[in-house]
Amino acid sequence: MAASPETPSRKDQLLEWFDARFPLIETWNYHMGKYYTPKNFNVWYAFGVLAAVVLVIQLVTGIWLTMSYKPSADEAFASVEHIMRDVHWGWLIRYMHSTGASAFFIVVYLHMFRAMLYGSYKKPRELIWIIGMLIFLVLMAEAFMGYVLPWGQMSYWGAQVIIGLFGAIPLIGEQLVVWIQGDFMISDATLNRFFALHVVALPLVLVMLVFLHIVALHHVGSNNPDGIEIKECKDKQGKPLDGIPFHPYFTVKDLTIIVVFLFFFSAVVFFAPEMGGLFLEHPNFEPANPMVTPDHIAPVWYFAPFYAILRAVTFDLLFIDAKLLGVIAMFGSIILLFLLPWLDRCPVKSIRYRGNTYKWALAAFVVAFAMLTFLGTQPSTPLYTFLAQVGMFVYFAFFLLMPWYTANEKTKPLPERVSRSWLFVPYSPRSSEGDK
Amino acid sequence: MSTAEMVDHDRRRFLTASATVVGGVGAAFVAVPFLASWAPSERARAAGAPVEVDISRLEPGARLVVEWRGRPIWVLNRTDTMMELLPEVVSDLRDPESNESQQPPYTQNSIRARESMPNIFVAIGVCTHLGCSPQYRPEIAPDDLGPNWKGGFFCACHGSRFDLAGRVFRGVPAPTNLVIPPYAFISDTRLLVGDDSEAA
Repeated sequence: MAASPETPSRKDQLLEWFDARFPLIETWNYHMGKYYTPKNFNVWYAFGVLAAVVLVIQLVTGIWLTMSYKPSADEAFASVEHIMRDVHWGWLIRYMHSTGASAFFIVVYLHMFRAMLYGSYKKPRELIWIIGMLIFLVLMAEAFMGYVLPWGQMSYWGAQVIIGLFGAIPLIGEQLVVWIQGDFMISDATLNRFFALHVVALPLVLVMLVFLHIVALHHVGSNNPDGIEIKECKDKQGKPLDGIPFHPYFTVKDLTIIVVFLFFFSAVVFFAPEMGGLFLEHPNFEPANPMVTPDHIAPVWYFAPFYAILRAVTFDLLFIDAKLLGVIAMFGSIILLFLLPWLDRCPVKSIRYRGNTYKWALAAFVVAFAMLTFLGTQPSTPLYTFLAQVGMFVYFAFFLLMPWYTANEKTKPLPERVSRSWLFVPYSPRSSEGDK
Repeated sequence: MSTAEMVDHDRRRFLTASATVVGGVGAAFVAVPFLASWAPSERARAAGAPVEVDISRLEPGARLVVEWRGRPIWVLNRTDTMMELLPEVVSDLRDPESNESQQPPYTQNSIRARESMPNIFVAIGVCTHLGCSPQYRPEIAPDDLGPNWKGGFFCACHGSRFDLAGRVFRGVPAPTNLVIPPYAFISDTRLLVGDDSEAA
């Protein structure tokens, strides 16, 4: 507040000058100062913010990496080694970027699982979920193309397998592969265009989608672990009784969580950047060689569940051969996630008040997903192929049977107000009415 | 008469629609160069020239790998024993007649090679599943491949199996036999891969 109403301070004058030309205070209040956030958030609600933090890490380290990287088949591998050995702190920047890729998927998978726990994808938040799924798709494309850039053996042969997926499409498949590669094989042309997409096109799309994700979220308001709308219980000023302003309450909490996250992140960057071959695979320390396939091609762990589904299909169905069917199953497993808001017919959002069928189904899904992740990184043996088929069956059953097993769920009665979380000091907005 | 009443809505709708259509057609034309620019460049097209291979020192049972269009081309000199074992696996094959597979017409036979040089097997060494390069495993019944293995090619990526004529077995992810490129023998010891017009 200014010292006297007649002569506003220099700071307030400057603020007024800006606010007359840009919706500064309005935007701040809409998204931070007066964005009412449910007071019962638990730790599951941290992963959205952490995803944003990782995005920033990736953007900054990525820009720095492009300063020394050479997107050419002859020079790419050597330029990455140059970054690792000769560029000052290059190893740190590169390890932050490569660890960031895996960290991105860890927080995004947990963020998505949070939505499945508390029904965050349900009405009125279907669009937030759809935009989020688009972010996930773009993120996968971004990660795949980024993995090709160091031009090691796994970069090359991973690209061969993934681009080969498009060859399974009837009629146009073969030409499509050549068109994507820009050559009759994966070559310099492929590397160069992947570089352009990885550093310019996809990051732009990603940032735009993240913006839309947040705009849609702040329009409808956040869900919470109880899955009830805090907007339905408001005080006389129209503020949700169970909501507290995002700033300062959640900015402070998020900052704390970010610090904890950075502890773990730094531990990996400094002590286990390769994570035993999970984050950076051993064959990728050899330059790409189109004449020799590594004995065992495994995707990075975050693609493994979908890759396991691709491999699990070893049988033909009607007129579709196993190759095409595998590709359909893999893409289908991702498309099903998009449909989640409409497959789940239970009106209750949070798992706290949902019936046992959903709890068991979700548990089975988590086990199947974890098993597929493991199997996707392993060589194919008859036993592993069989287990992958079981995992695939559970994965698809979880989604495809959902309209039936969620239709008549035995749910518990919903509370009128959110339950108090042990994480928070009891807070009552009524006692703060005098502040205004 | 107010300005609102003077507006000719039909005319406005027509103009808006026609401007949208013309603009849309323009945008579609503008997209052409951007999409076409992803196709292989003229230099990449020119690089797909045929390769000559000297097979004079290729011992029976040995395999040569040469590069053509950036892909490994196998040239295998099959022994007579290998040739005799070929018919024994036919019942386990997915496409023994090579009806669904890609090869030049002169190799669509039980040995998948030119009749003039039946023992020489030429194939693109890329799995028809997802493009890995399978391993050459000529030994009979090794531990990891099982007692029925009569020699062939094994793709470690996803477990696809092919016999010594590049024919795919049943129950593996690869849908078709290994692709055979166009090839011809210039002489008894010289093989040309990528072009069959000269000696065919």
